[in-house]
Amino acid sequence: MNKAVIPLAIFVALAGLFFYVLEQMGEGEYNPRDIPTEFIGRPAPAFTLTSLFDPGRQVRSADYQGRPWLLNVWGTWCPECWREHPYLLTLKARGIPIVGIDWRDTREEGQAMLQQNGNPFVAVGFDPDSQLAIDWGVYGAPETFLIDAKGIIRAKHKGALDERSWQEKFAKWFEEKQ
Amino acid sequence: MKQLLLGFLMLSLVPWAAATNIEAYDFDSPQQERDYKELTTELRCLVCQNQDIADSNAELAQDMRHKVYRMLKQGKTKQEIVDFMVRRYGDFVRYKPPFDTRTLVLWVGPFLIFALAIFFMLRAISRARRREERAELSEEQINRAADLLEENPSKSTD
Repeated sequence: MNKAVIPLAIFVALAGLFFYVLEQMGEGEYNPRDIPTEFIGRPAPAFTLTSLFDPGRQVRSADYQGRPWLLNVWGTWCPECWREHPYLLTLKARGIPIVGIDWRDTREEGQAMLQQNGNPFVAVGFDPDSQLAIDWGVYGAPETFLIDAKGIIRAKHKGALDERSWQEKFAKWFEEKQ
Repeated sequence: MKQLLLGFLMLSLVPWAAATNIEAYDFDSPQQERDYKELTTELRCLVCQNQDIADSNAELAQDMRHKVYRMLKQGKTKQEIVDFMVRRYGDFVRYKPPFDTRTLVLWVGPFLIFALAIFFMLRAISRARRREERAELSEEQINRAADLLEENPSKSTD
């Protein structure tokens, strides 16, 4: 009798664990493809990219020191980026400086997207061959980093940014400053 | 039947077609080329997470291969390149995780489980053997049993 209970108990425990993990995935609390974030608290890697709109102009990380700013990696090939786009526009309206990085895209498509839907960015760097992406440990889009006034990465969000994740991870860094 | 065969034939071509997506890189030395091959099979593609970057056609994997190539060309050592990737993508980017306190269970766990399995198996065998030994009867017992059976064979037929 006792011996028969042991496998049953193991089964119930495992089933419970699996349901718990599925639940967490369903709520977006857990993503098995996530890899641990390496960058929080570290200085943001410097970059110099050409501007999406003007190959003759440069977008440099050094130009944004002295106040907190966001770096948003996106691409027109990425459906979640389209979904996120209106929210970025509302952040712009609140005066949040966002530097966009058009990743693995063509200039024409990147430009067309921003012309049609509005441009939430103070500047857009063009990164067709993952120069910045690899340097910043990006492996999917959209991905948003928060860099503080001293150039330290303070927060990072994978996937489309929304009000909930904004309040959770980002908002406080802008409140302190004002 | 012919169509089925043709289908299998086409299917068999798929891996071959996938394997041809290798960039043509020039290396300074055979050693550099060896390093490149080793590195690209040791680094994980972050998009298709069960492939190394040598194997993956994901665009990020292509760019990572290119990055590895450029760093080798700059004279970076293998260790420097692995460190560079780990600093950006974490230990996850390595197919061979380092041996430290966080990964101890990962490295030692399977051996531990194996040792436990051996232990329990040996115990079960020795127990079974002991039970067998106990079941064996001494000569005296056998004689007595035979006597008893002979004494009252009629009883059971009553």
